[in-house]
Amino acid sequence: MKDNAVLRVVTKIIVPVILVFSLYVQFHGDYGPGGGFQAGVIFAAGFILYALVFGVEAIERVFSAATLRIMTALGLLLFAGVGFWSLIGGERYLDYDAFAQEPLVGQHVGIFLVELGVGITVAAVMITVFVAFAGRTSD
Amino acid sequence: MIEVVTVILFGMLAVTAIAAIRLHDLFAVVMMFSIYSLLAAAVFVAMDAVDVAFTEAAVGVGISTVLMLATIGLVGRHEKRPAHRPGLPLAVVTLTGMVLVYGTLDMPRFGDPLAPIHQHVAPHYLQDSPVEIGIPNAVTGVLASYRGYDTLGELTVIFTAGIGVLALLGIRRRKRGES
Repeated sequence: MKDNAVLRVVTKIIVPVILVFSLYVQFHGDYGPGGGFQAGVIFAAGFILYALVFGVEAIERVFSAATLRIMTALGLLLFAGVGFWSLIGGERYLDYDAFAQEPLVGQHVGIFLVELGVGITVAAVMITVFVAFAGRTSD
Repeated sequence: MIEVVTVILFGMLAVTAIAAIRLHDLFAVVMMFSIYSLLAAAVFVAMDAVDVAFTEAAVGVGISTVLMLATIGLVGRHEKRPAHRPGLPLAVVTLTGMVLVYGTLDMPRFGDPLAPIHQHVAPHYLQDSPVEIGIPNAVTGVLASYRGYDTLGELTVIFTAGIGVLALLGIRRRKRGES
């Protein structure tokens, strides 16, 4: 699909918009619909669209297989780590009140970190699955 | 008014499902599945479940369509003629469907405020989350804070799925001569 000028141009215009929108969904999930899961999927969709037009190798220039594996584990570790952080702060597991003087601020910090962890792992898993499938097709 | 929209959307869902069964070109079937997911997302919006609709639109329409297309690239786009007769599977599916419909007869009506699910923890979440969590979207408050354990479990499921795909399909092998 690399030779189709329309696909190439439209993809290059639309991919940055998709990525920025995914960040909006990630960090605006407290106020509107959305959150880490949707943001991770949209983020991955941006890269998958690019890879559909320019080839799977294009993804590997940004996310190598090792980077994807690290990201997959990192998001889950961040989520679980936030739980242990609240244990250290003297609260129950995944109770975010301990993260700041003001419990509401602590809740904000906790939700932000947890959603970030969800987003990282979901994006990495979606891209990994796509690369695993599409990489076999092109051989 | 919203009932009319819901009925039309459900009708289109049924038409899309029947079309997906009747078609034999798998490429067209995948497109039907994608349209089905988009209609399902619209149904969720009509039911005021925007977060669920968002997920359905992103995962059902986007990612899973691409994955099914990638699978078609591996297995070919035409359906093989089944070796067995459709009678027994059709009977099983019809019977299961009838049992499921029978099961819904006991359920409370959609949106019934007296339904048990709206009497348990939901009022607490909806009324107290502005004070206890302090963020406007109650869905995010429930998912990330009240039900943090469940979300951690879901993320572990996604993590495990990713590991499983890696274990089965492997990291992409470089062609000989490249490395």
